Amino acid sequence: MGKKIMTVDDSASIRMMVKFTLKDAGYDVFEAENGVEALEKLDGSQIQMVIVDVNMPKMDGIELVRRLRSDPNYRYIPIIILTTESQELKKQEGRDAGATGWIVKPFKPQQLLDVVRKVLG
Amino acid sequence: MEEFAQVLMETFKEEAAELMAELESALLELEDSSEDMELVNRVFRALHTLKGNGAMFGFDGVSALSHHIESVYNLVREGTMPVTKELLDLTFTARDIITSMIQHPDDIDDEMEKISSDLAEMFQKLAGATTLGDHLEGASEEVKKRAGAASAGLRTYRIRFKPAPEIFLTGTNLAALLDELGSMGQCRPVAHLQDIPDLDGYDPETCYVRWDIILITSRPREEIRSVFIFLEDRCDLTIDIIDDGLIDSSAEEKRLGEILVERGDLNREDLEDVLKGRKPLGQELLDRNLVGEEDLRTSLMEQQVVRNARRRRQEDESVSSIRVASAKLDTLVDLVGELVTVQARLSQTADDRNDPELSSISEMVERLTWELRDGTFAIRMIPFGTTFSRFRRLVRDLSSEMKKEVELVTEGGETELDKTVIERLNDPLVHLIRNCVDHGIDPPDIRKTLGKPPAGKIHLSALHSGADVVIRISDDGSGLDEEAIKNRALKKGLAASNSELPRHELLSLIFSPGFSTATEVTSVSGRGVGLDVVNRSVEKLRGSIEIDSIPGQGTTFTIRLPLTLAIIEGLLVDIGDEKYVVPLSEVVECVELKAEDAAVNHGSDLAVVRGDLIPYIRLRETFKVAGERPRIEQIVLTAIHGNRIGFVVDRVIGEQQTVIKSLGKFYRSVDGISGATILGDGSVALILDVPRIMAKVESRSG
Repeated sequence: MGKKIMTVDDSASIRMMVKFTLKDAGYDVFEAENGVEALEKLDGSQIQMVIVDVNMPKMDGIELVRRLRSDPNYRYIPIIILTTESQELKKQEGRDAGATGWIVKPFKPQQLLDVVRKVLG
Repeated sequence: MEEFAQVLMETFKEEAAELMAELESALLELEDSSEDMELVNRVFRALHTLKGNGAMFGFDGVSALSHHIESVYNLVREGTMPVTKELLDLTFTARDIITSMIQHPDDIDDEMEKISSDLAEMFQKLAGATTLGDHLEGASEEVKKRAGAASAGLRTYRIRFKPAPEIFLTGTNLAALLDELGSMGQCRPVAHLQDIPDLDGYDPETCYVRWDIILITSRPREEIRSVFIFLEDRCDLTIDIIDDGLIDSSAEEKRLGEILVERGDLNREDLEDVLKGRKPLGQELLDRNLVGEEDLRTSLMEQQVVRNARRRRQEDESVSSIRVASAKLDTLVDLVGELVTVQARLSQTADDRNDPELSSISEMVERLTWELRDGTFAIRMIPFGTTFSRFRRLVRDLSSEMKKEVELVTEGGETELDKTVIERLNDPLVHLIRNCVDHGIDPPDIRKTLGKPPAGKIHLSALHSGADVVIRISDDGSGLDEEAIKNRALKKGLAASNSELPRHELLSLIFSPGFSTATEVTSVSGRGVGLDVVNRSVEKLRGSIEIDSIPGQGTTFTIRLPLTLAIIEGLLVDIGDEKYVVPLSEVVECVELKAEDAAVNHGSDLAVVRGDLIPYIRLRETFKVAGERPRIEQIVLTAIHGNRIGFVVDRVIGEQQTVIKSLGKFYRSVDGISGATILGDGSVALILDVPRIMAKVESRSG
């Protein structure tokens, strides 16, 4: 069993790209379209990492980070946020909320893999 | 999901095909108008796009190769590099490789990857040759040495890393971080645990630990910093270079106190205060509670690591090599040559004086001189393998030019040869290899019908054999056409129609001037510059060349060369008052020639040596030396290419270390003399060019 990673993004193509890349590298990938769906799907189950888009309807990425950090089950897991270059403020907000690291969009599969490997060790 | 990937991949392939078509058309136009910068830009843009897309879709090889080509065209854009045929040829090849890598990713095998990385390397070289090389050219040795050491060398970093207390709440994996550092080089982390409070005050969500890490790596500081990228404001981090990899940098090793002060663990005042005391510094500091035990320990470790790194580097440096201008070596060789000459004179004087003490000193000097001579020549020796890459490239270019598949197999690269010999050997070897590719190896389809693998092989090998180096070039091609050689020889009047020449003599005819059996002139060989040039070059190096060929199986050229050029073992002889040296490597034996025996043969100039008739020439007549012939003369028998010939001299004096001096410009063209040497008594002896004399005699006798 590979390590479990959840990708939370409202863009299907980004989720697909993340999933495709990470599956190829041997990870188990789960998807959610937004923060609400992510929390529902997780529901306390074990996961090794979450990759969260910052801008999402219903519950945005930053709020999701905050929620996860306040849940004992996800207090210490790595959370990566996806931002764009113009979102320097959002990045800081996400970090303040407890995100481990970030990836700036657009990114290449290899960059994604580098970050995931770096953070998961 | 799979479908999506499929669609994505198809889109990428289509786009890539368009880019490759664009690249090709731009290249073709560029071939005609190489100054057109818009065309260069088109090439550059196509490559740039391909580089990016390739990386995004997992074609790392394509991306890497495009990157290297792009770099070269960037130089072209900047005007620092011209558009050459070589560059265009290479780019066309690369384009084809890239195309097949993208369209048939499943067919990418090791060989393909090798070709791709070879190509990338070639482009890298092209780019490097115009930038780095040129810049370094003018730089002094010292600067080069420093540049080399700094770029390739190892630096030692001190990393002081203190994560924020709340670091655990950010999902940061500190162990992974340390692992990442560890993967960069030799890493020695020391954790400071002294801040961990007692259990009652302990908060498991707080990080109390900090690290001092000594990292020895060749990576730049920015790369180390990037390990901590996600921790930006979540840690205190300092990265200092404590040893930059240069031997003479901050020559003096730092003392413990200085290290502690530099790291901010200790006040300078406190340090000076303590230094007035007598106890070992570390103990004193601890006693006075000025530094913590951990800090002291890591400082001591830092000192040790730097000390070790320096010591190791010094050892490396002393066993490796130094660069010396070859002119300095030439001077040294000349001096050793002079010394050998003077030493010979000393020996002779000692012999003449019959003084035991002088003789013993002379013998000691002789021994030392020989050792010095051998040592000096050893310095000039470089491995033959240094030429291999050049020949490999040559074979690749030639075979593609002639639509043949040829592989160069090399052997004995570690065999050492005099630098000058290697340099002067380049042209003959290029010529021979060309011959192999052009005349020797057949096109793949013909080879297949002959039951051979489509790719031909050329073996290039070097090995030591006694005082000689033997270099062999052989191919597994069609072999020499003996009939064609014979016909050609008849036409050129080199052989009589009725004579049945022994095979090796017939084959060596191809070394005659103007001899070529190539039916058509290719751009590679058959231009009328025959193998005689090769033969002459090898002879100039005092070597010899032989050829052997088996029809249908291939041809082998064997070149024998002396190890060095400057000093030879010679046989000293005299005729009248004049002295000559015959290179000992060519001498077989010496026999007497009595006047009455010579008379018996009625001046036919043939001597009977153990039943064999050996032709001889009288050097007295050749060099027109005046005076009477002694009653008993000596014949020095020599052998070259299996031919034996005798030189009649008055007296054989003995073996002699001979330092070769070239003759002045005026005498250089004198036939039969390859140089001169200065004898122990200061007189000059001429060195016989045995092959030339032999050739002359043969041509005269028809």
